[in-house]
Amino acid sequence: MEDRLTEIVPSRGRKGDLIPILQRIQAEFGYLPEEAIVKVAESTGVAESRVFGVASFYAQFRFTPMGRNRVMVCRGTACHVKGAPRILEEIEKVLKIKEGETTKDLEYTLESVACIGCCGLAPCIMVNKEVHGRLTTKEISDIFTTRGECDAG
Amino acid sequence: MPDKTVLVCQGTGCVSAGAEQIHISLEREIAELGLGGDVQVKRTGCHGFCQQGPLAVVEPEGIFCTRVKVEDTPDIAQSLLSQKKPPERLFYRDPLTGKVIPHYRDITFYSRQQRTVLKNCGYIDPEEIDDYLAVGGYEALRKTLLEMSPEQVIDTVKRSGLRGLGGGGFPTGRKWESCRRASQESRVESRESGRKTLGSGLQTPDSYVVCNADEGDPGAFQDRSVLEGDPHSVLEGMIIAGYAVGARVGYIYVRAEYPLAVKRLEIAIAQAREKGFLGKNILGNDFDFDIEIFQGAGAFVCGESTALVLSLEGKRGMPKPLPRPRTTQVGLWDKPTLLNNVKTFASIRWIITRGADWFAGRGTKKSKGTAIFSLTGKTANCGLIEVPMGISLREIVFDIGGGIPGGKAFKAVQTGGPSGGCLPAELLDTPVDFDSLTDAGAMMGSGGMVVVDEDTCMVDLARYFLDFTQKESCGQCSLCVLGTLQMLNILNSITCGRGRPEDIDLLIELGEAIKMGSICGLGQTAPNPVLTTVRYFREEYEAHIYERKCPARVCKDLISYRILPDKCKACMICLRGCPVEAITGGKKQIHMIDQDKCTRCGVCLDVCPERFSAVECIPGRLDNTLHSA
Repeated sequence: MEDRLTEIVPSRGRKGDLIPILQRIQAEFGYLPEEAIVKVAESTGVAESRVFGVASFYAQFRFTPMGRNRVMVCRGTACHVKGAPRILEEIEKVLKIKEGETTKDLEYTLESVACIGCCGLAPCIMVNKEVHGRLTTKEISDIFTTRGECDAG
Repeated sequence: MPDKTVLVCQGTGCVSAGAEQIHISLEREIAELGLGGDVQVKRTGCHGFCQQGPLAVVEPEGIFCTRVKVEDTPDIAQSLLSQKKPPERLFYRDPLTGKVIPHYRDITFYSRQQRTVLKNCGYIDPEEIDDYLAVGGYEALRKTLLEMSPEQVIDTVKRSGLRGLGGGGFPTGRKWESCRRASQESRVESRESGRKTLGSGLQTPDSYVVCNADEGDPGAFQDRSVLEGDPHSVLEGMIIAGYAVGARVGYIYVRAEYPLAVKRLEIAIAQAREKGFLGKNILGNDFDFDIEIFQGAGAFVCGESTALVLSLEGKRGMPKPLPRPRTTQVGLWDKPTLLNNVKTFASIRWIITRGADWFAGRGTKKSKGTAIFSLTGKTANCGLIEVPMGISLREIVFDIGGGIPGGKAFKAVQTGGPSGGCLPAELLDTPVDFDSLTDAGAMMGSGGMVVVDEDTCMVDLARYFLDFTQKESCGQCSLCVLGTLQMLNILNSITCGRGRPEDIDLLIELGEAIKMGSICGLGQTAPNPVLTTVRYFREEYEAHIYERKCPARVCKDLISYRILPDKCKACMICLRGCPVEAITGGKKQIHMIDQDKCTRCGVCLDVCPERFSAVECIPGRLDNTLHSA
């Protein structure tokens, strides 16, 4: 990890670069490890507490590792009125985890997000970079079972 | 030149439904039929009618193919070979009349719109600058740099009457003027202080242009569509703004959740630099300007100008306390900063090329030009629309949106997202402009327009928005962060069936206090969804509180499911499907729901075969004794 961090974090970063640096770290590791925060603080000259303060302010950053697949349930208004709460409930049931949690085998992390901007396809979810739109609760188990088989094969 | 062009939409909605594969397959099919020279297959940005995607349009006829699948591409290619129309199954079918409409110009969703900012979205390849140049791109920049002084540019924008399309509606020309003045003063200052600290060698820009593309409003996606479909129009507007206010550096603050928009912006910036529209001595003039992309890290409050600026500086995006100088005076790195929305910048090129009078000639007296909305929710047609200011809500919902499908009744239209309000059927004739919407208790906002029908509970919708703003409050103002939490608690208890008669007045009192006691737009508008629903749908709140009923059958604690004995065929499907074993009965024995065990998950209603339709959801709670009687 140390090596990769050295690669991502410039030795003398500008203060204004804090957020882009944190974004690069998260893109690499999937979360912000503690070592990274320390390293960024050294590089930018911003106190560790401040770096953490910035990171914890923004919804994008996370401090725990994430599952291999990221499931984002859109909670935008259009999705909400078209049944997003029931979609979320159904996914929770299928994956046996609650919103914000990761499955024990680190396969899935389930999150709800403000809006993924596919309101015309409401209700929708995003699995990694793939959007599934116009969903019904019946289709949920298909998405995750076929995926499981694909992964196994 | 090819005779025909097939435009394959590559907006996020269509891409998610497989548009990329359709593009590849269509190209292959056309090449196989030897049509490569006559037919061009082109990737475009969003056509706006996302709900019908993936979309493909055959030009010049304007034939509109909807819900295209890879399997349909041989038929489309064949139709091009035989000079016939593509198969009818691909055409748009009017959801109310069932009529098949092959040309997009005949579809009311399009025919009632007035597309200006969105004109090229869906017609040009957003990743090819030559496409943009072919439709007159960067002509406005050329005209600006060769024929106009910065003052003339500002004067033109002022006369056009353009108002900030990010929601605030502040006159754009006045903002530019004040930024130019501040920028000139700052230059004089820095020259003076530069003399004192001569030799430091450090030169920082005197002012900045920032494009706000932090589209955080859930239910709105128009900024994303413009960035994805016509990124150069935004760049061109920003460069012109840089010339007008005297800035040399521009930033686009875009949501990291929009990866496709980021990618297309990166491509567009690189191409613009290559062609000399960005960089040093633009078009041979003594004017330098360049643009960088900054990806927002997911904080709704960063749509507020001072918070956005702090976020750009790598800090927590918390709005500056009052009294605060305007961002045009003290903005990024304490320099004058011009901050405008995506659509505002995208409108500039039209104002420059067609003139202020042309722009001011449309719309209403105080709101000029067009408004862009993401029309979503329970309308037959959903998607991105651009309409002249002053059009009525009724025309948007029923003509463009095609009304409410499934014979349901219209209940409300929500504009302005979490900062806006819900307007009822009585206000459908309200003209859509900045002031009329604000007067009605809603707002133009960033352009989300969500239509809801009888199946949406207004208390739940208000709770939904408040839950959003409560979580997004930055935490500085106690009334905002704690007041919204109290309001949310009250709404939660109402939707759970524990509402008290005094709760409605308490909500109003708290709401008014939060509006007064918050320093930024987030807190000042957060109570709007609650206040407008109380104002226009008070009876729904009262039904929850006094009758313990959710009339829209949404709030779980205030509804019941029951099996209609005369319709139940005792097929055991719901009995087996019930996750909590609340259904009793057996083969040839009518089923019944044990109301004490039932968690009201709705599975029984979902699984009951449509030909029986024996399960019913009703407002209010049943108890077992009543039910069996």
